[in-house]
Amino acid sequence: MPQHTFTVNGERVTVDVADDVRLLWVLRDVLKITGPKYGCGINVCKACTSHVNGKAFNPCSVPVSDLGPDDEVTTIEGLPDTVDAELHPMQEAWLERDVAQCGYCQPGQIMAAVALVKKVRAEGRSITDADLDGIRNICRCGTYTRIREAIREGASRM
Amino acid sequence: MTTAHDARPLPPSDGAPPPDRVGVRRRSLIGWVLAGGTLAVAADLSVGAEPAAAAVPSPPQVPELYDLGDLQTHSALPTSQLIRIDLDEDGVAHFAIPRMEVGQGITTAAAMLIAEELDLPLDKVRVTLAKARPELVFNQLTGGSNTMQSMFTPIRVAAATAKGALLRAAATELGAQVSALVAKAGVVTGPTGTSLTYGQLATLAASAEDVAVEVSLTPRSEFSVIGTSRNREDALAAVTGRKQFTMDLEVEGALPTMVCRPPTLNGSPRSVRNEAAVRGMPGVTDVALVGTGVAVRAATFGQCIDAVRALDVDWKGGSVEGESDESVLAELKRAELPMVVPKVPILASTLDLRVEFMFRSSAALEPNCAIADVRSDRATVWAGLKAPIVAQRDIAKAVGLPVGKVEVNVVTGGGSFGHKLFGDAATEAAVISKAMGKPVKLMWHRADEPRQGRVHPMATSRVRATMLAGQVLTFEQRHTSVVTDFGHGLGERLTALVAELPANLGGLGLSQSIFTLTQELPYNFGVVTQLLNEVDTRFNTGSMRNIYSPDVACANELAVDQIAKRLGKDPYAFRMSFLKSAKAKRCLEAVAKAGGWGRSLPQGVTQGIAVHTEYKGATAVLVELDTRPETVNRKIRDAVTGPRVTKAVIAVDAGLVVNPRGLEAQMMGGVADGIALALTSSNHLEDGHFLEASWDNYFYTRQWNVPPEFRCIVMPSDEELPGGAGEAGVAASVAAVACAYARATGKVPTRFPVNHGTVSFTPKSFVPPVPESPVDGLSYVS
Repeated sequence: MPQHTFTVNGERVTVDVADDVRLLWVLRDVLKITGPKYGCGINVCKACTSHVNGKAFNPCSVPVSDLGPDDEVTTIEGLPDTVDAELHPMQEAWLERDVAQCGYCQPGQIMAAVALVKKVRAEGRSITDADLDGIRNICRCGTYTRIREAIREGASRM
Repeated sequence: MTTAHDARPLPPSDGAPPPDRVGVRRRSLIGWVLAGGTLAVAADLSVGAEPAAAAVPSPPQVPELYDLGDLQTHSALPTSQLIRIDLDEDGVAHFAIPRMEVGQGITTAAAMLIAEELDLPLDKVRVTLAKARPELVFNQLTGGSNTMQSMFTPIRVAAATAKGALLRAAATELGAQVSALVAKAGVVTGPTGTSLTYGQLATLAASAEDVAVEVSLTPRSEFSVIGTSRNREDALAAVTGRKQFTMDLEVEGALPTMVCRPPTLNGSPRSVRNEAAVRGMPGVTDVALVGTGVAVRAATFGQCIDAVRALDVDWKGGSVEGESDESVLAELKRAELPMVVPKVPILASTLDLRVEFMFRSSAALEPNCAIADVRSDRATVWAGLKAPIVAQRDIAKAVGLPVGKVEVNVVTGGGSFGHKLFGDAATEAAVISKAMGKPVKLMWHRADEPRQGRVHPMATSRVRATMLAGQVLTFEQRHTSVVTDFGHGLGERLTALVAELPANLGGLGLSQSIFTLTQELPYNFGVVTQLLNEVDTRFNTGSMRNIYSPDVACANELAVDQIAKRLGKDPYAFRMSFLKSAKAKRCLEAVAKAGGWGRSLPQGVTQGIAVHTEYKGATAVLVELDTRPETVNRKIRDAVTGPRVTKAVIAVDAGLVVNPRGLEAQMMGGVADGIALALTSSNHLEDGHFLEASWDNYFYTRQWNVPPEFRCIVMPSDEELPGGAGEAGVAASVAAVACAYARATGKVPTRFPVNHGTVSFTPKSFVPPVPESPVDGLSYVS
């Protein structure tokens, strides 16, 4: 079985798994990192949103062989460590607004939100309604309004 | 209040008859201190429920006096059993709620009730989900927005019993009178200032035998927790990814398992042509033919998907071969009951309206999933189940074991919306585990959900109203639906209670009874009749965040707008003058005021207003809908954009509110559902199968459909008990959006959702039944 080495949440891992297994299943079924959720498996629902080298991506659509030893994957579990805190400011904002209902989509929502704030910052601007409208992550409980409020709140603290 | 000394010991064991209350003051509340090493208390689930009314006059309509919530609450009476709270030596109260948390916030609300009555900080209360408890018979069903209605008093009685026992133990320990003690935040303080924590008292308060005690509850005026906004008790777990759902559980040997499903609805496999080849695929451990398809078990779910796609199966036909939306609609039309044609003056004018509602998928974001470990002599199952007792029975039957040998663990669900009322995945997982002789962790592919999963039935609603001289003389509604499956236990409750139901339910079938128990027209419209007919059992159906109300209310409120128009009245003013219920009027007035009903808006932006009464409460919704071309035609990749609700204001009277913040969250979700039902979300039936297979096919509300302005008004209430919340927000929302759309376009839509006529996607393949996992994820990094 081929070996794949990369970094997950600050820890270097090597997994024995076929090249074409998508990263979501390597994380969940092999490494038992269950924060990223399955909601569609075809990069539509965004419930598995995590970060690769600091940017948002969906591991359900990335063969593990696409990752190299220099790639750093961050899941919701590793998010607080990226700011050396107990919780990331976006997670704090999520708690303050009591966003989650069932909670299933929320790890992906938070990871998408953090990447979005970083992206618009890199473009030298702040979050607009159009940015929020463009978020594809599904929340079947319909917490969207609180998500929008929390992203703005979290952005102000990042 | 009496002490344990005067109370008679009662054996509250399984199967015991209801307590003999001789010698106890009428209307008093009884709790039990149970035998145990640390303090354990209990209350009967029926405590506090009013006895059922013997008969109901007509009019008013049935739900105003006796509704589905009463039915569920009363169904506990003859089979009452105990719920218990345990206090441990760390001073933490533990309660396993016989209901399922799916995001609606009942674990938080239950913890609040315990914190209130026990004078314990909220973070010292742990609420978990009880396993299937068959002795509860009808009383372990989560649905009908009934949890807070039915559990409010029993939980408080148990907690108050615990507090009483702690105080008595503290009195002995401190040598003081109970009346001289103060319990606060988990500490009992005596007259001299000496104090003991609940943790210290947990063992001292323990009882050697079961003792019944009389308790009194904290009066409403002294509530300090109930009625205050609290965050969800599981919020931290949710935002850190630590919250565990079924698929996150590790069960020894339970490898990922999926099912290759038939190309047509409810088809079944005859044989597999390439079983050996699939068994040899990377990671695959097992292949098994089951009734619903061909199951594969592998090291990872990704390898299951590959195997499902590779399977070459000879399929038998499905249950609706060749059927389409149009053929089922034609069947419904044939089944529509005639109007009564009431005698009205010859000058009266008549309004006729007929609206069609398409199939809708009730799938949550967490797909159907379950873990099962079936052995020759026993089975253990883990799943999100709102009716675990029914699931336990079904699983036992499916794998040929006695019910007592099947352990069913209830896991917090990633949403439900009615979907998890049924143990479809739990039973299927058990069957597969038995066939393979191994534990399995079963997951449905997303594509399986809209195609083979439960749907809200297609329905039509006809309304005929007659008007004369500014009055509505008659209002008739004929609702016709594909059969709604109530096999999750609600039907059994109703059947068992048939003799005790209100008189005018007599002779009605099950669906008709549930319809009658939930539907009420909130207006003074003279002679009102609302009837249901259901046909066609070939579909996999169920409730979807409410049963009939969203469709019924949508049709009614569209008709109300049309009646108002005929009579030359403003939709809001007309409703205010004809509404029966004061609660409904107050809600409507609140949204009209807060939302600025009638304010001037740009051309192409229209308001809609609607009201709904159910669960002994009321909701009203005002929306503003933007139908300007630049909005309707906005482009977002693979998205349905269309008209956008730019503002939504909802007011809710849900009786006594335990957690306003949680109630607001439920209303927010209800509005999101209502928007989708009116505008975008439906399944298309074509040639015996549903076309949808992705969240980019089934258009539930997305960020680009969300109202930028949302407000929820929680109405003050003098009620002593909570009403329903989980489903309450949907009906008025879908109706308000529909009414706004009708006003914007000048034409009443006759089919919902309004975009159903356009298939906005290329259907994914039916063989193989699931799409390929993409490989281009890194090109979308952002």
